[in-house]
Amino acid sequence: LWWAHFPPTRLTRPPPAAAGSGPVGPCGRRAYAPPAERKRFYQNVSISQGEGGFEINLDHRKLKTPQAKLFTVPSEALAIAVATEWDSQKDTIKFYTMHLTTLCNTALDNPTQRNKTQLIRAAVKFLETDTVCYRVEEPPALAELQKNEWDPVIAWAEKRYNVTIGSSTSILGPNIPASTKETFVSHLASYNMWALQGIEFVITQLKSLILSMSLIDRHITVEKAVLLSRLEEEYQIRRWGNVEWAHDYDLCELRARTAAGTLFVHLCSESSTVKHKLLQD
Amino acid sequence: MAALGAPLRTLRALLRELRHAAGRSYRDSPAYRHVIAAFRAHRVTSEKLCRAQQELHFQAATYLCLLRSVREHEALHREYHGKGERSPQEVAGLVGFRLPQQPGGKG
Repeated sequence: LWWAHFPPTRLTRPPPAAAGSGPVGPCGRRAYAPPAERKRFYQNVSISQGEGGFEINLDHRKLKTPQAKLFTVPSEALAIAVATEWDSQKDTIKFYTMHLTTLCNTALDNPTQRNKTQLIRAAVKFLETDTVCYRVEEPPALAELQKNEWDPVIAWAEKRYNVTIGSSTSILGPNIPASTKETFVSHLASYNMWALQGIEFVITQLKSLILSMSLIDRHITVEKAVLLSRLEEEYQIRRWGNVEWAHDYDLCELRARTAAGTLFVHLCSESSTVKHKLLQD
Repeated sequence: MAALGAPLRTLRALLRELRHAAGRSYRDSPAYRHVIAAFRAHRVTSEKLCRAQQELHFQAATYLCLLRSVREHEALHREYHGKGERSPQEVAGLVGFRLPQQPGGKG
């Protein structure tokens, strides 16, 4: 295994393939992808507070991002959750299960080098192909299910944001008015850069801006959002049967990623001061 | 507001997941202590619709979903996708054959 030949402190240095050679390294691997598995090389995981925020310590070493920046997070709760991810690795470090760490790395490194406007634009663009707006006409049972499950979410979004969205059975999708898009753009602009990375991540996972906003506004749970996102799959599973190694595998992965993204957004956008209840209330 | 059920149930399930994740010294782990402290801090409130309490409960439920899904995903991965390739001996054994044993190696 090529990465095993590098000294144990590899995590504190950028991967060799990333050193200024563009997206594809010399061995043809994507430069920003970490190795799939690596032995656990640390005993203790702890948190400390530095100048930029909270840092993760693996034994005495400070955790760094894939681009060798110091790993700092603004929220203590987020740092604790990341530390828990690292601490729960047994013999091998399974990077593909460490979703919060990955999100933090993305926020710190910004490998796609997008600014806030570009992120918001990418997020709102999803509305044109939003899952809950795309309806089938047959089979009628599925069309009915989509109407019963998805119409309430669209109605909620239209009421909450005072916009018109609608749904469509045409292949071109719904016709979203420009004012609707502008409303979402200005709403998303109120989130900071970190939270936006999380929001864009959740939208990409659920394939729906409406479901993501519904989730982030705490209108539905993660399980429900994932169910609504996979509505057609659930319908087919109920009809034809469940295949554990494919369906449940995908379901668990989608739930994990969506939950991580949602938690990330909330932890990056809350204030850390505890608001004491006023007696006048 | 999302339909979350009883906060106590979420808390218990969350602590159980943290126990699975941490192992022996789970009670000393920062996550365990943080969760318990957060729930304790928000317990004393007279109002049923306390917004901060609901926010905390939602966060706890989300974190619970994350831990549970990661554990289940890993278990499924180990079960179905983690075994790698079979050796030539195993493949031959699937159809009841055995590989020939030649003194000088295979021909």
